[in-house]
Amino acid sequence: MANLREIRSRINGVRSTSKITQAMKMVAAAKLRRAQDAIVSARPYAYSLDGLVRHLLARVDRNTLPVMTKREEVERVLLVVVTADRGLCGAFNTNIIRHATQRIHETYAAQHEKGNVSLLCVGRRGYSHFSKRGYDIFGHHIGLINSATHADASVMMGDVLERYLNGEFDHVEVIYNEFKSVIQQRIREEQLLPLPEEKVEETEGQYHQFVDYIYEPSEIELMEYLIPKHLNFQLYRVFMESNAAEQGARMTAMDAATTNAKELIHDLQLSYNSARQASITTEILEIVSGANALKAE
Amino acid sequence: MAHHFELEIVTPQKKEFSGNVESVSCPGEQGRFQVLHNHAPFLSTLAIGVVKIVDEQGAEWRYAVSGGVAQVFHNNMQLLADTAERSDEIDVTRAQSAQQRAEERLRQHAEDIDEERARAALMRAVNRLKVAQKI
Repeated sequence: MANLREIRSRINGVRSTSKITQAMKMVAAAKLRRAQDAIVSARPYAYSLDGLVRHLLARVDRNTLPVMTKREEVERVLLVVVTADRGLCGAFNTNIIRHATQRIHETYAAQHEKGNVSLLCVGRRGYSHFSKRGYDIFGHHIGLINSATHADASVMMGDVLERYLNGEFDHVEVIYNEFKSVIQQRIREEQLLPLPEEKVEETEGQYHQFVDYIYEPSEIELMEYLIPKHLNFQLYRVFMESNAAEQGARMTAMDAATTNAKELIHDLQLSYNSARQASITTEILEIVSGANALKAE
Repeated sequence: MAHHFELEIVTPQKKEFSGNVESVSCPGEQGRFQVLHNHAPFLSTLAIGVVKIVDEQGAEWRYAVSGGVAQVFHNNMQLLADTAERSDEIDVTRAQSAQQRAEERLRQHAEDIDEERARAALMRAVNRLKVAQKI
């Protein structure tokens, strides 16, 4: 039986850890709500922009748009890997990193062999993982993901788009955690460039496909103006999703940790009590047998 | 009543304005335009500038916008703006410091700065100040 003082100090240790995890859970819950609000309030814009892009795409010749044409040979690939800055959020970061690694070594193995796969790491976790292992890091952003604005995303995407059009990259893809529910995240990979076909093919929106608008400037110029905006917003959306997913993951992880700590405290308390009882029993036995010994004399 | 139409101003952050209006005047990239009741279907890009709204009570509202798209369809108008701030909500000190910063950058002519970006930032800051001061 462990000694009493040892058990007591363990109980205190576990108790203070559980206070921390409890607090982290509350903080994550508050942040999650803010993150979800951000997603909801971005919806009207998302919906309208999407509708506009679809409407215009139905009217212009896609092949005239360089962002839409698939390159015949994909030589250089850019992966945007979105992780969190901090840990303690369950398997959130590990899953992304594992998935990205798999993507590099399987889907883009040929390009990777020639050293043509670059990474744009958003979030410290992904950056420190991949930079230590000698991957080609095209850029990294730390301290951004939890408060990313549309302007941040636009600057980043603007740079990527320019390099794509220059031919520096032939294929750009983003890997991130999608917020499914508080306790569920789903890993997603989305092609950013070239603009995927299927995305614009679905016309289930009740958009006014056949209305003759007055276009100012022309349709194609409008399209060229809208596509970067569309891309910027896609990236912004990814950031918001990932942030919400991260807070959700942290919340569940910390909740589980708190429950575990409570169980642990309970068990420790039990063994503390029985140790205490045992020591009292021994003491009484000693006293009684001492008294008996005296009486016998 | 009769000559009103619906207007929505949305930005990536939130829905900035939503309601019935009498007229909207916008800074189109190819010149200012005004939209009234029963305007033909219309799509236009927006430049950096001011959007003036006259609502159904006849009150005028002014918004500083920095680029976007305007869409008019069946007495329903949508402005998809990158940013939109109402004149009385503009942070003047922030705009001023942004203006100074951008001017500073342009003056230095350093090679590592994106001149185009600095110029755009300057234009946005000046626009905000202009809209804020003319209340």
